Amino acid sequence: MFNKEYESMHPSKIKAIQTERLKWTLKHAYNNVPHYKKAFDKAGFNPDRFSSLDDLKYVPFLMKQDMRDNYPFGLFAVPMEKVVRVHSSSGTTGNATVVGYTKSDIEVWAEVVARVLVAAGGTEKDIIQVAYGYGLFTGGLGLHYGAEKLGATVVPISGGNTERQLMLIKDFGTTILACTPSYAVNMADYAEKNKPDYDFKSTRLKAGIFGAEPSTENMRKMIETKIGIDAYDIYGLSEVIGPGVSCECSEKNGLHIFEDHFYVEVIDPETGEVLPEGEQGEIVYTSLTKEACPVIRYRSRDITRIYRDSCKCGRTLVKMEKVTGRSDDMLIIRGVNVFPMQIESILMGIEGTEPHYQIIVDRKGALDDVEIMVEVNEKVFSDKLGVLTALEDRIKDRIRSALGISVRVKLVEPSTIQRSDGKAKRVIDKRTLT
Amino acid sequence: MNLTQLSIFLENKPGRLQNALKVLADNNINILTLTIAEVSDFGVARLIVNDPEKAVKELRSSNFICSKTDVLAIELEDVPGSLLKALETFSKNSLNIEYMYAFTEKRGDRAVMIFKFEDIEQAKKALLKEGYNVVKRIDLAGE
Ligand SMILES: [Zn+2]
Repeated sequence: MFNKEYESMHPSKIKAIQTERLKWTLKHAYNNVPHYKKAFDKAGFNPDRFSSLDDLKYVPFLMKQDMRDNYPFGLFAVPMEKVVRVHSSSGTTGNATVVGYTKSDIEVWAEVVARVLVAAGGTEKDIIQVAYGYGLFTGGLGLHYGAEKLGATVVPISGGNTERQLMLIKDFGTTILACTPSYAVNMADYAEKNKPDYDFKSTRLKAGIFGAEPSTENMRKMIETKIGIDAYDIYGLSEVIGPGVSCECSEKNGLHIFEDHFYVEVIDPETGEVLPEGEQGEIVYTSLTKEACPVIRYRSRDITRIYRDSCKCGRTLVKMEKVTGRSDDMLIIRGVNVFPMQIESILMGIEGTEPHYQIIVDRKGALDDVEIMVEVNEKVFSDKLGVLTALEDRIKDRIRSALGISVRVKLVEPSTIQRSDGKAKRVIDKRTLT
Repeated sequence: MNLTQLSIFLENKPGRLQNALKVLADNNINILTLTIAEVSDFGVARLIVNDPEKAVKELRSSNFICSKTDVLAIELEDVPGSLLKALETFSKNSLNIEYMYAFTEKRGDRAVMIFKFEDIEQAKKALLKEGYNVVKRIDLAGE
């Protein structure tokens, strides 16, 4: 553990620390951010009267729209001279969310990312290749500062240029790779296709820290087999801090949340009611130590559940399940709730189908129409048409039996689905365009 | 005497076949025959070319999904009923055909058909025994 004291603290002691830190955060936000003052006053909530974690349920939520409405710096709680860095989500004006960090915020962020790296087996001896994009996106710099904090060697290559990524893994003796899971798959595919003599197993690569987009167990297995490493999930949101809110440990079942910095609740996304531990719902975040951009009850839209177990790694921190979907991403198809990740998981489960796909939802008459474009690869391709149409049917059947919806499946060439080195666009919902 | 057939995955949208053919042309690869099998959304182009190894390499580097398959090119008399006779011979020998197509050029007074057998080795043995002429690659390439 990078910080044994906090990571293995008794839950009752963590709760006491959270209560103290929350008192400070609520006052800090109320006194310095007009949005919070207005929202608290309107809800009749007085931060001075806050005494236990339970009282948090009276505090209004912070919505993504609130962040957009306060673009760019409206939610900053410190004067600009205290802000040493800003990050922003992609998006045009009116859609982007901007977050700021003080020196102390950057320090906290580096600390939690260092914890993530240690949980994945990292030490100061490791060479960490950061293949997340550097820039306004929090991935690159987030991992970078954490790796430096740990004292490891950082290779700040950023995203893209796969040929060079592979070369540096070999030449520099990279031991840990940090990028999005889809980029890791791209890298493996690229090597397989263009560099037949490139052998990941003869490199020093031992672990990967993959995040910034949802992934499935199948995808983990595929990366682990193709690249010959242990793949760990890292989770975070730029609104909360960036990558490093939670991470997997050696057990790879559930992500430990760094509770001394982030307080979590799980709510019913419909009613906003707080659900008991163990129940599935939307996870809501409250920062406990952030100075520049405190977030209070931020609605993440991520669907998961939180629970405590006695984890073999020794951490006592509460765990969250791998995020199975976003309530934003949730598609309602003929009345059925469908998460793109479920479809991804099914595609992965069908032998040889790589996770390059796109879901296109449209309305034909009164009915929702779903088409899933799946890229053909060398492994599933056949000179016989029947083999290919059978693959389409198999995908269709699995989706129908697993999700209860019928879809059309269309095999496409690799160039059809737009591919980027960062996040892939998985869903096109044309129903909202009209 | 196996012939190497090149198979290319093509979506049914304008320009895809042209793009694949352009890759071949740009790399000086000659097409000896081409046929397309398709369903509504996609098809598979099957080609006999003079340099299948190079064709596969170049197509892949242009992001096409393709593969090589062993097929047999068989000479048939260019008279009514000769294909039927051949098919009867195949079924007599329990040879399953996955698909077949005609070769564009004739060899003298004989037609050439390409056959994809389920078991190519078994097919070769049976056909030679039955007196069929299995055309070698070198003949077709006109070299
Ligand atoms: Zn653990």
